Amino acid sequence: MPKIEIDGTIHEVEDGQNVLQACLSTGLDLPYFCWHPAMGSVGACRQCMVTQYSSPEDTKGRLVVGCMTPVSEGLRISLNDSEAVEFRADIIELLMTNHPHDCPVCEEGGQCHLQDMTVMSGHTSRKYRGKKRTHRNQYLGPFIGHEMNRCIACYRCVRYYQDYAGGQDLGVFGAHNHVYFGRSEDGVLENEFSGNLVEVCPTGVFTDKPNGKNYSRKWDLQTAPSICAHCSLGCNTTPGERYGELRSVVNRYHGEINRYFLCDRGRFGYGFVNAESRIKTASIDHQEVVGEGNAVEHFRGLVQIQETVIGIGSPRASVESNYALRELVGEDQFYSGWTEAENTLMETALRVVRETDAANPTLAEIERADAVLILGEDLTNTAPIMALAVRQAVRNASFDAAESVGIYQWQDAAVRELAQDLLSPLFIVSTGSTRLDDVATGVYRASPDEIARLGFAVAHRLDSSAPGVGDLAAAASDTVKEIAEALANAKRPLVISGTGCMTAAVLEAASNIARALASAGKALSVVVPDCNSMGLAMMGGHGLEDAKKVVEFGVANTVVVIENDLYRNAPRELVDDLLGKAKNVVVIDHSSHATTEKAGLVLPATSFAESEGTYINNEGRAQRFFSVMQPSEEMRNTWQWLADAGAGDWSGSDDIIASCGNGLLGFKGVEEAAPTAEFRISGMKVPRQSHRYSGRTAMRANLAVSEPQQPIDRDSPLSFSMEGAAREAPPSLMSTSWAPAWNSNHAIIKFQQEVGGSLQGGDPGKRLFQPSSEANWYDGIPASSEPVDRRWLVVPNHQIFGSEPLSCGSPAVAERIDAFSVTLNGDDLARLQIESGDMLELSIEGNTTIAEARQDDGVPSGIAAVGCGVPGSEGIAWLKQAEIRKRG
Amino acid sequence: MFGKFLKKSKNRNPDKPLTRNIVDGRAYATLSDYQSTGGYEGLRTAITTMDSLGVQQVVKDSELRGRGGAGFPTGLKWSFVPMGEKAPETKYFVVNADEMEPGTFKDRVLMEKDPHQLIEGMVIGSYAIRATAAYIFLRGEYHLSAERLSQAIAEAYQQGFLGKNILGSDFSLDLYLHSSAGRYICGEETALLNALEGKRAIPRAKPPFPQISGLWGKPTIVNNVETVCNLPHIFFYGVEWYAGLGRGKDQGTKLFGASGRVKNPNVWELPMGTPIREILEEHAGGMQDGYQLKGFLPGGASTDFMLPEHLDVLMDFDAIAEHGSRMGTGTMIILDDKTCPVKMVLNLEQFFSRESCGWCTPCRDGLPWVVTILEDLIAGKGQASDLELLEHQTKMMGPGNTFCALAPGAMEPLQSALKYFRGDFEKYLERPVVKEAE
Repeated sequence: MPKIEIDGTIHEVEDGQNVLQACLSTGLDLPYFCWHPAMGSVGACRQCMVTQYSSPEDTKGRLVVGCMTPVSEGLRISLNDSEAVEFRADIIELLMTNHPHDCPVCEEGGQCHLQDMTVMSGHTSRKYRGKKRTHRNQYLGPFIGHEMNRCIACYRCVRYYQDYAGGQDLGVFGAHNHVYFGRSEDGVLENEFSGNLVEVCPTGVFTDKPNGKNYSRKWDLQTAPSICAHCSLGCNTTPGERYGELRSVVNRYHGEINRYFLCDRGRFGYGFVNAESRIKTASIDHQEVVGEGNAVEHFRGLVQIQETVIGIGSPRASVESNYALRELVGEDQFYSGWTEAENTLMETALRVVRETDAANPTLAEIERADAVLILGEDLTNTAPIMALAVRQAVRNASFDAAESVGIYQWQDAAVRELAQDLLSPLFIVSTGSTRLDDVATGVYRASPDEIARLGFAVAHRLDSSAPGVGDLAAAASDTVKEIAEALANAKRPLVISGTGCMTAAVLEAASNIARALASAGKALSVVVPDCNSMGLAMMGGHGLEDAKKVVEFGVANTVVVIENDLYRNAPRELVDDLLGKAKNVVVIDHSSHATTEKAGLVLPATSFAESEGTYINNEGRAQRFFSVMQPSEEMRNTWQWLADAGAGDWSGSDDIIASCGNGLLGFKGVEEAAPTAEFRISGMKVPRQSHRYSGRTAMRANLAVSEPQQPIDRDSPLSFSMEGAAREAPPSLMSTSWAPAWNSNHAIIKFQQEVGGSLQGGDPGKRLFQPSSEANWYDGIPASSEPVDRRWLVVPNHQIFGSEPLSCGSPAVAERIDAFSVTLNGDDLARLQIESGDMLELSIEGNTTIAEARQDDGVPSGIAAVGCGVPGSEGIAWLKQAEIRKRG
Repeated sequence: MFGKFLKKSKNRNPDKPLTRNIVDGRAYATLSDYQSTGGYEGLRTAITTMDSLGVQQVVKDSELRGRGGAGFPTGLKWSFVPMGEKAPETKYFVVNADEMEPGTFKDRVLMEKDPHQLIEGMVIGSYAIRATAAYIFLRGEYHLSAERLSQAIAEAYQQGFLGKNILGSDFSLDLYLHSSAGRYICGEETALLNALEGKRAIPRAKPPFPQISGLWGKPTIVNNVETVCNLPHIFFYGVEWYAGLGRGKDQGTKLFGASGRVKNPNVWELPMGTPIREILEEHAGGMQDGYQLKGFLPGGASTDFMLPEHLDVLMDFDAIAEHGSRMGTGTMIILDDKTCPVKMVLNLEQFFSRESCGWCTPCRDGLPWVVTILEDLIAGKGQASDLELLEHQTKMMGPGNTFCALAPGAMEPLQSALKYFRGDFEKYLERPVVKEAE
């Protein structure tokens, strides 16, 4: 740890950092633009200029760029030297020569890094008298607005989009002060992580388009710490509310999970909260029930009078709600909402990740892997942010190469230049092309069973005591050898698998590989479908087929479904039978869907935005989300409906989660994910509203001039007001970061242990899985399967926009959902005389559906990749042989 | 010693080695023309009698300094390239032929008139660092150079001066000609490398220097055309002969040029250290009738003005530097008494402003502002504070403050004009301010 002198004070700083990082990490303010903690330095903007003195005798010093100057023992610099101060103000003045003075109407105003840095630099009045250059703006799709006149040319957007996220369709054009950042022509930004441009851009060039349509300032938004509900990774988010509507979701820094970035599904998928499809009141037989009390009475009467009630849980409902349902109906009457096949798959996923002797990595650890095998998962579409992490992991080879010639990791351009296309090994074994193929060392396409067989063979090659695959094809053997060698040679080899191809053997093969690896740094990550899939799997529950049977046999006559549209995944006949034959069907959910249509009693639930709850992510981390806003009067948290019907008399969220932690095996400590409702800082709660929140007395003035009392939140340590202690909040309760002079999201620097590191006080969440070494060799190796002539094996084609139900209800995301499609390779399409875009008929076991044809030559012959979860795909029987013909 | 070489080479102009094959009435030196004066013999000496480090040592001993403008010692530059078994297998030798400095037209003459000289120099340079491939990055507009170089490259391959096992040695080299899509910044060596890789022509941060991580991340040397053209002669005639060529502190000869209102604007090969007066009065023939010398940029557009009082300064790197300017490319732009220095500076700043790559803030946004101020001034809309503002900007865009040398270079004519021709700037301030129509 070198000691450096900054303006006469000695600071101990992290070795290998640059001066800007060191200054920020020590808590000093030094303005910057082109540097980003996740993207390193390029030295373009010249904003972080400091004075460096060459010796103790040197009094004049010379200006050096902070982000490009490495720290070294005895380094002497000054931030306050007048020459450096003047230069930094001059840079702002130069940026301002073309920057419009439209802060009052700019969406970035109030959360603008450029505003912050301008004030920090001290520049106030301009001397420039010339005209400002103007640009034409582009249509970039439903997510991102574009206002190029505001551009200060920091180049962060293109560095993020191209270099970090692997996008191809955003670039820099032109030269001198006419440089233009956009697409070659108007059009939807293709990259799945485009929304981060909004946060990466230091000013208002790239803006959150859905938010812009009905805009509120950052300080006017009521926010709460939340967890993304749109995949299993549990990215931390900050949703913002105004006038009872959710207006935006922005990244909430978590040092081990999402850090600075979200995927577009997570950022723009919240629209369902405001949608017309919200269930606002209880209804009986489609007739509205007036009064919450009446609905409760009715529900309670129903479940108490009936002899046998079964409960059907949900992977997108909180731990609390699933637990309450389980308590209401009893363990034996609790059904997961998954089919038998899905149950088996999830049990396997849970077992594999719990029993492995490999590390269960955080996303930050995934970024540090030096060899990666993705077995059967299309990460960009099933766990998007993990794909972004893998895209960073492949750069580890270039960091090693850079280090060997004295280039620091943060010298971003230099590292990329030196490395060129040198990448750490990444092997992708999948059923079709993936969006990570461009950085893969090797790709191997096969059916799910063949993927499992390949995985088992890799494990056997790594450790001969693992069961081998006797009849592996010759082509596959070379791949097996290549993958095994790459993993064996790595210090931190990582295997990623998941439920994506709906085949338990794939997960078991991944487990065998992880077990077979010798390296102490090995890791195994498993991806599951939904935000609380892991929590539900931990709770257990029977399959839907059993539910149908008990209803059919009259063992049960009442079915309570929570937050689950059973028609989405399960076969239609199964659900029809189950719901049709039950005497009473109760559905508690926040949005209407095919299942609520079948319910006699529908009870309005709160969404994540109006409730507190816990999700357990793919790594077994329990994380708490808090209500951002008050629900409308009739809506209640699902578990509260269940509690009132007799599930338990929990006094609040803390009580039920503690009860779950104590009562259910494997949930011990789940309540530690966040402080209890009694938590106070100097006697104060943590406010949901910023200290600049405006309009509190005016917002309702059209209804009544008296200001109502602020709602009281007895259920959490947060308050629905401006009052309280915001800056001292522990990370799990901190929704937005703000520090004096730092109004943009870069304020997070003030809350990190070091720049880009963990949050002060520790990253939120409670990891429930303990390290284990119980894994045994799995030997359920699928038999080799030959393609059947004129039949196609139906495999799921996951789509970032479309496969996850909640985000489909968001208007912005809905614009991006592709039609229900069947993807085949070009040869298969030609054989069927079908062209991409044609309509085709897909017949599985006598059921025929219509879909649009798509071509992907990465899909092996004999396989049909069918849009999974998108409207039209309901009830598809997966992994069956199908007939396909052109629609006549 | 000198006589001995004379005899051996049948050289008409042994004191002007770079232009010895440029003969009146002959379009250019063909391969046989080139070989008739000892062409490719320097290479033979280097490659058959010395190892790579030996070649580097000779160049160090010759004290050859880069002719592209900065004057960095060539041998020293080469010595930073990793050599030996642990060095990367792939290395590159790149010639910067992107001659875009306004007022500079020296490399063009060398390439158009004697293309083999450059190729021979490149093979020697490549051998010195064990480069595996060599590139000429040529200014896009130099069509004739491209034509003659292409032909010469083909001939050199045919004769075994390029390709596998050059002159029977274990050294092989491929040489490629790349014509630039055009932009001044491509003359900056790292921007050149980016352009050659097909990327945006923006400079790279140093360190790492190209010798460590250059073209496609491999060790790379970038040398100017004229620098490389010196190499065959250093090996053919020897270091001692080379040392005898210069008249001042620097070794060898240099192509000097003059443009502007002189009687005979042209480019001449003269000893390093030739007095400026001699170049202007004897070679350029003095000022045109009716014009007086007011000042001059000694080495291209991005060097500081000098005054008639500096005429006796010697044209070598250090002597010019002592008088507050740079020798740069050695091609002078003459300012006469009937041309307004403010407008001349505006013209230059418009060029630099347009050619800024847009990467770093001071250059991208500072240069256009300078242009605006100068335009205002000339249009009678200047303000008294504008001159201080301009002065401030020359400092703000000074060396070290910007990402590369473009903006500091652009500030050199401005800062010296403000110093030497302040009255001309102030004259514009005396005019009545013309009110702009609202």
